Amino acid sequence: MHLDAKIPAGPLEDKWDQHRADLKLVSPANKRKFHIIIVGSGLAGASAAASLAELGYQVSCFCFQDSPRRAHSIAAQGGINAAKNYQNDGDSTWRLFHDTIKGGDFRAREANVYRLAQVSTNIIDQCVAQGVPFARDYGGLLANRSFGGAQVSRTFYARGQTGQQLLIGAYQALERQIGLGTVKMYTRHEMLDVVVVDGKARGIVVRDLVSGEVSSHAAHAVVLGTGGYGNVFYLSTNAKGSNVTAAYRAYKRGAGFGNPCFTQIHPTCIPVSGDYQSKLTLMSESLRNDGRVWVPLKQGDHRAPGDIPEAERDYYLERKYPSYGNLAPRDISSRAAKEACDDGRGVGPGGRGVYLDFAAAIARLGEDTIRERYGNLFDMYAQITGENPYRTPMRIYPAVHYTMGGLWVDYNLMSTLPGLHVIGEANFSDHGANRLGASALMQGLADGYFVLPYTIGDYLAGTKLDAVDASHPAFREAEAEVRSMTDRLLAINGTRTVDSFHRELGQIMWDKCGMARDKAGLEEALRRIPELRAEFWKNVRVPGAGATLNQSLERAGRVADYLEFAELMCRDALVREESCGGHFRTEYQTPDGEALRNDETYSHVAVWEYQGADAAPVRHEEALDFEFVKLATRSYK
Amino acid sequence: MNRVFALWQTAVGKKVAMAVSGILLVAFLISHMASNVLVFTAPEKLDAYAEWLRGFGPLLWVARAGLLALVGIHIAAAWQLTRMARAARPKGYARLEHQVSSYAARTMRYGGVLILVFIVFHILHYTTGDFHPDFVPGEVGRNLVVGMQVKWTAAFYAISMIAIGAHFYHGIWSVFQTLGLNHPSWNRSRVTLTLGLTLVVAGGFLSIPLAALFGLLR
Amino acid sequence: MSETMNLTLKVWRQAGPDAPGEFRSYPAVANEHMSFLEMLDVVNEGLTEQGDDPIAFDHDCREGICGTCSLMINGTPHGPKRAVTTCQLHMRSFKDGDEILIEPWRANAFPVVRDLVVDRAAFDRIIQAGGFISAPTGSSPDGNAIQIPKDDAERSMDAAACIGCGACVAACPNASAMLFTAAKVAHLGLLPQGQPERERRVLSMVHAMDEEGFGGCTNFGECQEACPKEISIDNIALLNRDFVRATLGDRESGVRRTAVM
Repeated sequence: MHLDAKIPAGPLEDKWDQHRADLKLVSPANKRKFHIIIVGSGLAGASAAASLAELGYQVSCFCFQDSPRRAHSIAAQGGINAAKNYQNDGDSTWRLFHDTIKGGDFRAREANVYRLAQVSTNIIDQCVAQGVPFARDYGGLLANRSFGGAQVSRTFYARGQTGQQLLIGAYQALERQIGLGTVKMYTRHEMLDVVVVDGKARGIVVRDLVSGEVSSHAAHAVVLGTGGYGNVFYLSTNAKGSNVTAAYRAYKRGAGFGNPCFTQIHPTCIPVSGDYQSKLTLMSESLRNDGRVWVPLKQGDHRAPGDIPEAERDYYLERKYPSYGNLAPRDISSRAAKEACDDGRGVGPGGRGVYLDFAAAIARLGEDTIRERYGNLFDMYAQITGENPYRTPMRIYPAVHYTMGGLWVDYNLMSTLPGLHVIGEANFSDHGANRLGASALMQGLADGYFVLPYTIGDYLAGTKLDAVDASHPAFREAEAEVRSMTDRLLAINGTRTVDSFHRELGQIMWDKCGMARDKAGLEEALRRIPELRAEFWKNVRVPGAGATLNQSLERAGRVADYLEFAELMCRDALVREESCGGHFRTEYQTPDGEALRNDETYSHVAVWEYQGADAAPVRHEEALDFEFVKLATRSYK
Repeated sequence: MNRVFALWQTAVGKKVAMAVSGILLVAFLISHMASNVLVFTAPEKLDAYAEWLRGFGPLLWVARAGLLALVGIHIAAAWQLTRMARAARPKGYARLEHQVSSYAARTMRYGGVLILVFIVFHILHYTTGDFHPDFVPGEVGRNLVVGMQVKWTAAFYAISMIAIGAHFYHGIWSVFQTLGLNHPSWNRSRVTLTLGLTLVVAGGFLSIPLAALFGLLR
Repeated sequence: MSETMNLTLKVWRQAGPDAPGEFRSYPAVANEHMSFLEMLDVVNEGLTEQGDDPIAFDHDCREGICGTCSLMINGTPHGPKRAVTTCQLHMRSFKDGDEILIEPWRANAFPVVRDLVVDRAAFDRIIQAGGFISAPTGSSPDGNAIQIPKDDAERSMDAAACIGCGACVAACPNASAMLFTAAKVAHLGLLPQGQPERERRVLSMVHAMDEEGFGGCTNFGECQEACPKEISIDNIALLNRDFVRATLGDRESGVRRTAVM
């Protein structure tokens, strides 16, 4: 596997401009001769599909949801970063770049991140033009708020529904193109394989989730915008349908997988209430602007929160990280919550929770102001827990939220499999080992609106692509494999449900490859996962038939992939003998419990290459060179 | 005309047609009610009013044709919208809970049919005199009083007036909504206005058969 | 701490779009902290273990924003609680011994796919007809070049909160899609960026809505009550006003759109 990141030479500020000038172009008349498949219709997929269709390409877009508007980007609450410096607080492209590199614990590529910060401003302009109703001040200008890991206010937002509004913007642009006939949309279709012809990705195999029909689609290039794999933990803030299947099957066809162990645990979610729990609900990080996080000072203090006097409370984030306080980055806040609970000072059922207290903010600003800022979040909390957060502090606990790892891509967003491009959360590129709040929306839209439309043209213009259609033997073969996997799953007829396997896998991953990891635990996981996988293929029960809507079958296919992918994550976590960002190896920490990075040995991207079902994957490295920023210990104290 | 026809072709347009025809019919009913209550002062005043109206000659027939057309448009739109609604949900629910819609709103269609029956009866009763026990052309006030002495007739009038009131209540509020006459600053007043107008018009009409039933109109 | 409740579910089962359907009864055990869908998950786990077909229902984000979940619960879309989607409805809204009737959305424009799953693609087609601002990528001015009064932005956002779940259609006695369509017309029409296409948009969307076979609006107000995002029927008044103006107004678009009808 050859890892050429194709980072343009020259000063950081000029790389992207120069690169755009150097990229080959496809003439307008030729664009319509190229067919591009886009899988996924979230922020990245929908924005890419719309933008490419506007340019004149023929686009087919696939999503497993019943409408492209339902992709999980819609659930992002807090906001989107952009280096507009509208607040005159000293923000700049450089500062956004630097915050993102630092927030990612120096495990991301400088050139990519700088480009991301550069195009961030265009995203806001584009979204405003589409009619995204961002929050505004009385003067009619755009409002901003601050977010974790930043000391400036650069986050644009639409109440607590920023992801929804940005996705609706992209969805509207996409629907406009569908109406114009330039995009053919396939809803309730799940991608189950990438088809490689002459070493290049030339199409996909999909299953129509309504009829069960398996079919092939050929194209000149394939783009995956299929999101993250947080559901490998079973419980996460992801939508129930979010899955690794598209990315994992691309990996099995030769696309390298970058940093699979880099997962983000979000500090502010509603705690688990019972073993029937199906997902975890995020409470936006923006709450930490006004909420104060604390636990009782004493272990096993079961008094009601209001009965615990100030002197017996530990506002641990303010204590440990005075300059950032409650706005410390996610990985750090999450770990601090876990430490407090491990120390026996957690609150609520099972002691797995910490308080997020708004009493001080309500006293300072009044309940109305708090309601205006966070009303919908407070309502949601009350709805789920049956408690009133205006009166008693919220209980929160970390939960799996985002995956920084993903398919490896070069500067042009192309994977190691030529023709296969990967955008949004599905790729590994811009967040290093930890993503800052309000940066995921930025990256998804940057890739879809402002990067891929340029770079994919270079691939199409500069590559010899023979005419290939879905009757090519490679498609027939891939289809047969997909059908045979479906048939196998339906034929097992064992005794355990798909979800019971998924839950068990999730528990292993949370315990051994979650917020804190160590060698022994990861080795144990690497023993147990193959056992569980073997049992799955012997004993799972998938009711119903293949030629119909069969939700158990859909889940079974996804869990089958998670059962393989989880092993890859643990392998990656085991080899990376350092702590960085969301990857915390307990063996590698400073005396006061902070992550201890090892830049000598691990300042690289780990890229895994599939070697077949019975062979261990091979690990490659892409060295990360920090030419423009100084590697430093990340400190938020 | 092309545009009006285009409007009619949509569900929204049909509602607009209902609203506009409805408003004009309401205007007619206000004048009709206002003249009717003259009967409480003296039946002869009603005769004078009728005489004055007849003075318009052929114009009166134009007005009558206009009213008939309005009723026709109103019914045609209602008919087509009802058919659209039925087609839009061919299989109904085993259970559908109405949360807010008023009884008036849900019975618009049935109420409308009742009102149509009433109008036909009303014309045969007081205009042509076919259903009247003792009809004397020109003596409008007397005809009204005499006609109301038949108990079942008065009862039918009273029931029909309640139906018209219900129809009014949802109809007038609907007019604001359908014609887009709303603004946050006076949306509340729409309800008050609707209720007031309903009470005045339906109440005014209802007073006559009720008065007759209780023996106050002789 | 949490009481166990024993419930009886009466659920609509239908094998496919053309298959006949019927209600079937299932016992369910729940506690008050479960969400409604988690209660169904537990029922489905049991059905699977018994070798029965689990109940198909649509769901995804389970945090009330994707609009995928649906369900007519005891005759009310998204169940008895106001301003809540089915996925956020918790079992504390029910009590031990309750019988719960669960049906799919019923509308000609939302055909049943299987059991409780319906096809809402008609909504996407209404958006395709005009529910957008034509702003090709890269063509936009600076975000602050357009000033928008805070109140306008807020009202637009109120309408833009629509999640496209279809509860408005499900609750409407006429199966009308007016609230959905009006929310989009208002979201874009209340913003300065939406003005150039304001008339075209409302004309195209209203025609598309009719073509999909939704019923007309007769101002019942049930949609507003059922809407999990509390979208106001004031938006419908706005749509009506815009539509009449666009059809009868000065511009050519009114005639042009109708000429192709």
